[in-house]
Amino acid sequence: MNAVANYNFAYLDEQTKRMIRRAILKAVAIPGYQVPFSSREMPMPYGWGTGGVQVTASIMGPDDVLKVIDQGADDTTNAVSIRAFFAKVAEVKTTTHTAEATIIQTRHRIPERKLEAGQILVYQVPIPEPLRFLEPRETETRKMHALEEYGLMHVKLYEDIARHGRIATTYAYPVKVEGRYVMDPSPTPKFDNPKMHRSEALQLFGAGREHRIYAVPPHTDVVSLDFEDHPFEIQQFEKPCALCGAEGVYLDEVILDDRGGHMHVCSDTDHCEERREAGLMGVMGTKEAAE
Amino acid sequence: MYVAVKGGEAAIANAHRLLADRRRGDRTVPALRLDQIVEQLGLAVDRAMGEGSLYDRELAALALIQARGDLIEAIFLVRAYRTTLPRFGYSEPIDTGAMRIERRISATFKDLPGGQMLGPTFDYTHRLLDPSIVGADADAPMQREAGDEEAPRVTDLLGREGLIEADGALAEGEDVGDLTREPLDFPLNRDLRLQALARGDEGFLLALGYSTQRGYGRTHPFVGEIRIGEVDVEFDIPELGFAVNLGRIRVTECQMVNQFKGSAKIPPQFTRGYGLVFGQAERKAMAMSLVDRALRAKEFGEDIVAPAQDEEFVISHSDNVQATGFVEHLKLPHYVDFQAELDLIRRMRAEFEGKREAAE
Repeated sequence: MNAVANYNFAYLDEQTKRMIRRAILKAVAIPGYQVPFSSREMPMPYGWGTGGVQVTASIMGPDDVLKVIDQGADDTTNAVSIRAFFAKVAEVKTTTHTAEATIIQTRHRIPERKLEAGQILVYQVPIPEPLRFLEPRETETRKMHALEEYGLMHVKLYEDIARHGRIATTYAYPVKVEGRYVMDPSPTPKFDNPKMHRSEALQLFGAGREHRIYAVPPHTDVVSLDFEDHPFEIQQFEKPCALCGAEGVYLDEVILDDRGGHMHVCSDTDHCEERREAGLMGVMGTKEAAE
Repeated sequence: MYVAVKGGEAAIANAHRLLADRRRGDRTVPALRLDQIVEQLGLAVDRAMGEGSLYDRELAALALIQARGDLIEAIFLVRAYRTTLPRFGYSEPIDTGAMRIERRISATFKDLPGGQMLGPTFDYTHRLLDPSIVGADADAPMQREAGDEEAPRVTDLLGREGLIEADGALAEGEDVGDLTREPLDFPLNRDLRLQALARGDEGFLLALGYSTQRGYGRTHPFVGEIRIGEVDVEFDIPELGFAVNLGRIRVTECQMVNQFKGSAKIPPQFTRGYGLVFGQAERKAMAMSLVDRALRAKEFGEDIVAPAQDEEFVISHSDNVQATGFVEHLKLPHYVDFQAELDLIRRMRAEFEGKREAAE
């Protein structure tokens, strides 16, 4: 039973990694297309990033520097747990700094700092099928993708407008990749969609429970679906980050008391810390908080 | 004042330390040993092995202790271990007809070659809590010499007369699939479907099987036979040119005999629903055979009107490790997406108020 403790570099055996790498290569060759792969049981639950973890494990080498974020933050418990997992099974260097990382595994956010060529962003994806909530059957959605039959999605967005006066999708906002496949960007807020467009970094998406991998290679068109009279727009925040004063970034709301008091702070904790270290300060920022 | 939450690592470590404490419980009570679980909670071990898809009683017992008795957690532990094991190849199909039978019952025939044997069953126990078993020994079981009589499977007996459809054979040139190595691609063939059902959640399959009995995709089932016992596992070694015996495993097999009217091409004959599970797992094997038959609706040209007949619905949701992961992931932080929704709902409420004020 001592064999329990003996695992291969980055946990997965080499055969499995090769199978996943093949799926990744196919995904890169057909941007936005969901490639089935034989997802393995991982030592963390399905739905907690097993797809991302398998992708990361398959592309990781000993010299890689890994950053893991959840909700934009390096210190959320699941991000801590996944980072610790790779530090243990692959003994790779980890970082919280976006610029230092060669692989960034993420759940629900894209870092504020522009990603560069050579970096790989690995998304954890719960439901890879953008059409799933319009048509639950895989057998049907596969046909719709093959025939480029995306009318249903436009009808859904139109119905949003008819009902709410606007497209009421705020996250997992559907995109069209390189003019062909409609893709789920994973449940990132639509605020992050423009960052995917022609990104210099390679973007890989892993859905473990759903057995799918897809990709957006660098410099690929990623266009959010919209209408001429209802163009796509991202969230705007009225106030800057209360800690670092950043504008034009995605903010989290923090409740301060039970009398309606709240503040908005950067969702990207690394971005916020770097700004504060550089001496930038928001209305509630303090020197101590930056340390 | 808001302070960025740090120390996730320490929190996780402390939580796990507390978990270990709660698992161990009162230190004055002796700690559980693996053999106690293997010997005295055998059916829990069987379930962890079956749905964990790994035949190893000791590992399943370890998983049960580590999971504090949470079966799905134990199944998950077994699966996560299983997936790391090297794959040497595939064993030969087991021959349940040659089983060393401990229990064998048929609901379709009063008596049959090989006889009926109740074996270690809860059936006909009166469910009265019995404090006298606590800490007590049990009487040794009655034993008798096994006769020479063979116990052929009921379906084989029926099959000889052509009264039941033949066991399905794979199409020419097709190999049995392996759902642990290839992604599922709907619609499935029956081999993959049975694999998924064999590791599927007992509760889920029980409910679905039950639903077919209550009219949601009725299949008119009879228990042709349930048999529990040990079978040989053989492995073909190419270098030797023959199969060698690797050992024995205990399995539960259920052959459900179902009605079928026949068609223009096929004379009337009974149809099959099949269940096979590691260990002693009768409820699971029976539920599996009901669901297997229900899922063959398309094959027999039956109308697909009920959940139990819907392959993509059943198989996509039968795996409790997947299900528990995704249901429980909802407790992970979602505040980025929630913020997006908050922002939108505030905007929409402001517009709504604005319109109402304008109207007044």
